[in-house]
Amino acid sequence: MPKFLIESLLRRPVTEKAPAADEAGLTELGRCLDAAAHRKLGRSLAIREVDAGSCNGCELEIHALNNAIYDLERFGLKFVASPRHADVLMVTGPVTANMREALERTHAATPDPKWVVAVGDCALDGGVFAGSYAVVGGVDAVIPVDLHIKGCPPSPKALLEGLIALIEKSA
Amino acid sequence: MSLRAALFDAALEVADQKPWPRIRVDEETWARAAFGLHAGDVTLTALWGEPGAVHMGLIEEETGEVLVLSLDCPDGTFPSVGVTHAPALRLERTIREMVGLVPEGCPDERPWLDHARWGVRHPLGAAEPAPAEGAPYPFLAAEGPPMHQIPVGPVHAGIIEPGHFRFTANGETVVRLEERLGWVHKGIERLAIGADLEHAAKIAARISGDSTVAWSLAFARAVEAASGTEVPKRAHWLRALMAEVERVANHLGDVGAVCNDAAFAQMLNRCGQLRETVLRAAAAAFGHRLMMDRVAPGGTTVDLIDPKPLAEMVAALRHGFPPLVRLYDTTVSLLDRTVTTGRLDPVLARRWGAGGHVGRACGRRFDARRLPGYAPYDVLRFDVPIREAGDVDARVWIRILEIGESLGMIEQLLAGLPKGPHRVDVARGAAGSEGVALTEAFRGDAFAWVRLDGEGRIARAHFRDASVFQWPLLEAAIAYNIVADFPLLNKSFNCSYSGHDL
Repeated sequence: MPKFLIESLLRRPVTEKAPAADEAGLTELGRCLDAAAHRKLGRSLAIREVDAGSCNGCELEIHALNNAIYDLERFGLKFVASPRHADVLMVTGPVTANMREALERTHAATPDPKWVVAVGDCALDGGVFAGSYAVVGGVDAVIPVDLHIKGCPPSPKALLEGLIALIEKSA
Repeated sequence: MSLRAALFDAALEVADQKPWPRIRVDEETWARAAFGLHAGDVTLTALWGEPGAVHMGLIEEETGEVLVLSLDCPDGTFPSVGVTHAPALRLERTIREMVGLVPEGCPDERPWLDHARWGVRHPLGAAEPAPAEGAPYPFLAAEGPPMHQIPVGPVHAGIIEPGHFRFTANGETVVRLEERLGWVHKGIERLAIGADLEHAAKIAARISGDSTVAWSLAFARAVEAASGTEVPKRAHWLRALMAEVERVANHLGDVGAVCNDAAFAQMLNRCGQLRETVLRAAAAAFGHRLMMDRVAPGGTTVDLIDPKPLAEMVAALRHGFPPLVRLYDTTVSLLDRTVTTGRLDPVLARRWGAGGHVGRACGRRFDARRLPGYAPYDVLRFDVPIREAGDVDARVWIRILEIGESLGMIEQLLAGLPKGPHRVDVARGAAGSEGVALTEAFRGDAFAWVRLDGEGRIARAHFRDASVFQWPLLEAAIAYNIVADFPLLNKSFNCSYSGHDL
C-alpha cells in the first residue's frame, strides 16, 4: 500500500492531453446556450447520467471518462448522483416505453438552466431498436435535446470532444 | 439411463434442430422433466414460448448435453414448471405476457417485463392493442412493526442501467429484497422476427453491450448450426481471441468497481487504466474498442489488423496486474468489506444453474467453453477456477484468476492463429431449420436459439442471458446483510439489465 502511494506521488500523470471541441457540436450548441446561463454556471457543469434503454455499451465508455486517462473532472465536469444537483442530463439508449415516464420525471427534477446531451446512435433515433413496440424513439421524442454525441458507442474521446464543446459554449 | 436419454426416448417427434435435438413431448413427459429439474437431475437453461407451444431447454451438467422439450398448447395453457421449480417462475411470467400462453398453477400472477406501457399485449403472440397508462405493481410483503421499505430506482445514483429494488429492512439489516425489472425491454425477440441475418446480428450484438462479442458469437453459432454453415478455422480462433479480450476488459472493470464500492478508489483507478489498455489494444487489433459487430454468422467481419497491440497488452497486464492483486489481498480494511459479505448458498446456485463468477464462486463448475464446449477451446489449455465461499471476495477472486487464464489463452491464440479465410458465406438453410448455441460470456453462459425461414431471414429467436438466473440469486444473497453492502454485492454479481430485459 505505501509503495502504491509513493509511486502515485512520484510518477508523471497518466492523464492525456485534452482533445479540441467537436465542431459539429459547437454548431448544434450555438442555437441553445444563452449568455445568462453561461454567467450563472461558468465552466463547471454537473452531469446526471440516465440510461433510458441502452444496451449498456454507452455506459461503459461514459465510465471511462472518469478514469485517470480521460479525467473528466479537470474540465469542471463531474457526474452527480441526483438530477436535483445536475445542470446536464446525459441520456443514453433508445427511450423505451417502460423508461419514458422515469426520463420525463428526471428531466422535470433537474433545475433550470439545464441541457440534455443524447449519447449514442440509439439516443439519436432509436438505432437498431427503432420501430419496436417497446421503444418510443430517440431521446428528443421525449425531452428536448441540446447536443447529440454519435457513435455506437461513442469513444471516450468523442464524448470528451462533445462535452468540451458544451463548456466552450457555456463559458 | 440418464433422465435426458429417457426423455429423448419419450419423444413424439424430433424437430430439425442442431446441434442438440428438440423433441415434441406429451404433458406426462413435460411433467417428468419438470420433476427432474426439481430433483436436480438436469438444469434449466431456457424456457420460452411461441404461439401454440412452449419450449424447455435442459442441460445435463455431467456431459454438457442440451435437450429442448416442446409442448403443444392447443388450449393456450401449459402445466407450470415454476410451481415446483422456482427458477422457472419469472420465465413463465414472461411467456404469459409475451406470448399469451398461461402457465397453469404458476403461483405468481403478476406481470414481469410488461409494465402496461407498450400499448400492445402479447407482442410475441397474437398481439392486440392494450392500454399504455401503466399499472400498479404489488410487491411481496414483509410485515412487522420495525420494518421499513426503501425503494430504489429505476434511475440509480451511479452510471448504471435502470432497475427497481424494493428493500424491506429492519434497521440496517435487509430482510427482503425484491427486484422489479423490465425497464430497458426493447422488444428484441420481436425485432428479430423477419430480420435478415445482417440486421439480426446487429440486434444480437446489442443484447448486452458489455458482452457484445459473446452475444454475437452465440447468435452466429446458432445460425451456423441451423443453416449447416462450416466456419473456417481462423474464424474460430479470432472469435475466441475477441471473447477472451472482452472477458479480461470486463473482469478488470468489475474488480476495480467492487473495490470502489468498498470506498477503495485506488483499485478502481489502477484497474481502470489497465482496462483502457485492453480496450485500446482491441481497437488497434479489431477496429473497435468493444469489438462490436466484429463477430457475425459465417465468421468475423474483420481480420486481425495487427497482433502486436494484443501481445503488448498481455505483457502490460502481466506486469501491471499482479501488484494490484497483492494490494487487494493485503488490504485488511478492504477484505473486511468483501470477505463473508453477500454469501450465496451453493444449493441455490446449483438449483438456478448460476453461471459465470456467481456459480463458480460457489463451487458450480459449469463453463460452456468446457462443456458442452466449442472450438477452439477444445485445443486451448486453461483452467476453470473455482471457489467455495460464495461471498463477494470469492467472486472477486474468480475474476482475478480468470484474467490470468484469459491472458494465457490470448497468448496461445496469437501464437497458433491458423492461416486462411476468416469468413464464409452463410448457407440459406431449409425453412424451419433451427439452431441452438451456448457460449461463455464474461458473466456466464449465453443461450441463443434461432429458427430460419429458408430465405436468409430469422423466423423466430430466443435469447437467454446468464443474468436471468443470477438476478433472483442476488435477492437471496443480500438477505440479512446491511443495506450499505448492497452496492458492493450488486457489483460483485454485475448482472445485465439489458440482457435480462431484452
